[in-house]
Amino acid sequence: MSEPLVKIQSLSKRFDTPGGFLKKRRSMLAVRDVSLSIARGDIVGVVGESGCGKSTLARLVLRLIEPTEGAVCFEGADLTQLSRSELRKMRQRMAMVFQDPYSSLDPRYRVADALAEPFVVQGQRVPHGRIDALMEKVGLPASLTQSYPHQLSGGQRQRVGIARALALNPDFIVLDEPTASLDVSIQAQIVSLIQELQRNLDLTYLFISHDLGLVRYFCNRIVVMYLGAVVEELPDPGAAPRHPYTRALMASTFAPNPNARQEATELTGEIPSGFDLPRGCAFAGRCPNVTAKCRETVPVLSRGPHPVACFHPIQG
Amino acid sequence: MGVAVVKLSDTTLGRVMRRPKGVIAGTWLILVVFVAVFAPYLTPYEYDIQDLPNAFRAPDAAHWLGTDEFGRDMLTRIMYGARTSLSVSTIAIGISVFCGMCLGAASGYFGGRFDRAVTAVIDLTWSFPEILVALILVAIIGPGVTGAMVAIGVAYLALFTRLTRSQIMAIKSETFVEASLSLGASHGHILMRHLLPNALAPVIVAAMLATGDAIILEATLGFFGLGAQPPTPSWGGLMSSGTAHMFKAPWIIIIPGVAVAVTVFAINLFGDALIHALDVRARVRES
Repeated sequence: MSEPLVKIQSLSKRFDTPGGFLKKRRSMLAVRDVSLSIARGDIVGVVGESGCGKSTLARLVLRLIEPTEGAVCFEGADLTQLSRSELRKMRQRMAMVFQDPYSSLDPRYRVADALAEPFVVQGQRVPHGRIDALMEKVGLPASLTQSYPHQLSGGQRQRVGIARALALNPDFIVLDEPTASLDVSIQAQIVSLIQELQRNLDLTYLFISHDLGLVRYFCNRIVVMYLGAVVEELPDPGAAPRHPYTRALMASTFAPNPNARQEATELTGEIPSGFDLPRGCAFAGRCPNVTAKCRETVPVLSRGPHPVACFHPIQG
Repeated sequence: MGVAVVKLSDTTLGRVMRRPKGVIAGTWLILVVFVAVFAPYLTPYEYDIQDLPNAFRAPDAAHWLGTDEFGRDMLTRIMYGARTSLSVSTIAIGISVFCGMCLGAASGYFGGRFDRAVTAVIDLTWSFPEILVALILVAIIGPGVTGAMVAIGVAYLALFTRLTRSQIMAIKSETFVEASLSLGASHGHILMRHLLPNALAPVIVAAMLATGDAIILEATLGFFGLGAQPPTPSWGGLMSSGTAHMFKAPWIIIIPGVAVAVTVFAINLFGDALIHALDVRARVRES
């Protein structure tokens, strides 16, 4: 296999709460030792419950926040070591689509201004006809270029957000739950738009979502995160889950065909607080297959084609 | 993008003038400014030539607003006084807005130690009433037009610094800022193209309203003899000289008082109309 486009190496991010007069400073690891390779043309999905660190991971990958440890290599260049101007140049090749289309566009920018912004910040002139071409690419009528964001629907805004991400012809796009705040019917349109763009423009995606059903439909590799750490990497979306957490997630997705519905394995217990992680496996308190070993030692992600971080993986 | 900004300010004034209170207040303010600018051409009298035989004349055909204790025409004095009052208050607020926005934007955006230091000093001055801060500063700088300007400017610095800082801090966490950063935007771009334009509307309205307060503050300093020095007239100074003759010639104190009151009221009305006019959403709905 050739050099991966993006290589994430044992990335960690610790957040500290500010210590106060009577408050002790506390810290939590939002992302714990995450490693991941993304080949050109890949669509890698990252799933997990809210608060599992997937959005933090997305921001770390693009260096919108500084990692506490680890590195992100883009075509071999370590983003965490780049100077400001080198990083700015590199940003032409990667982009991000955000979850909330209502706040991801400046209310004072017309659509045309929002789409011109990538060129402005890179110190380039907007190529002639580029704005209209972008509008067409994301399926928006050219008549909307002079509109303000509040005149657009949620789906239209998200299309503008996608067009803005495409403006500089990036190779790699991080999509942070791009459909989570849209209506279901609009979600389907946006997903098919994203798929179509990926095929036509030969893009590489890191797709963050809490919706395992969507990720399985859409991605060719799936990374499951729990409390900041990767617990399983599914080499293909159809692979049988080996981690009990992944299985519980899958069982909880809604199958449209009533005959295909499985009995939901209910998870009991609470997600531990990120400030106060248990000693052993973070999932031990909720796991149906828990043993004494799980409570004592932290399982590491196994190597091989289907890595899993569990002492008692489910056998296919 | 530059074109859009110019268009915006063009129509903002238009939208203020579409409201009745905007029209009434705007007309008065334009009139006062016009009179202040063209005072020498609008009156046959000089503001500083004494005419003792005509002292304390009640308003009549020759002196529409009467004369003062030295026989000087009150209308002329008011017109020249408008020059002092308006220029001192608007320049002072201009200084205040500019410095306050720079300080507030820098401390709100970058945070950290600089922010804590700025906030501490600003909160300290905020805890005093503006009049007290202004009086202390005039006492240090010395009375006069410049002294009054600087004193009023510093007195309102806290207001604009705090307002800008809180606006910047709120807008800073919006996703569009992060989106801009993800495209490679510099701090300068974020501040100038996203944060300040979005923070501007409330600052403009506050500046408008503060100008009204500044006119009162300037009149107060003038009344205490700490503003423009005689013979230069200012509205506060005129009222001050009128106190001695309050019962014999009440127009000397009443007329400048009315000028201050009506002008401040007009500024407040105008500011009110501006609040609605500056809302981007409202603008599109109307058009």
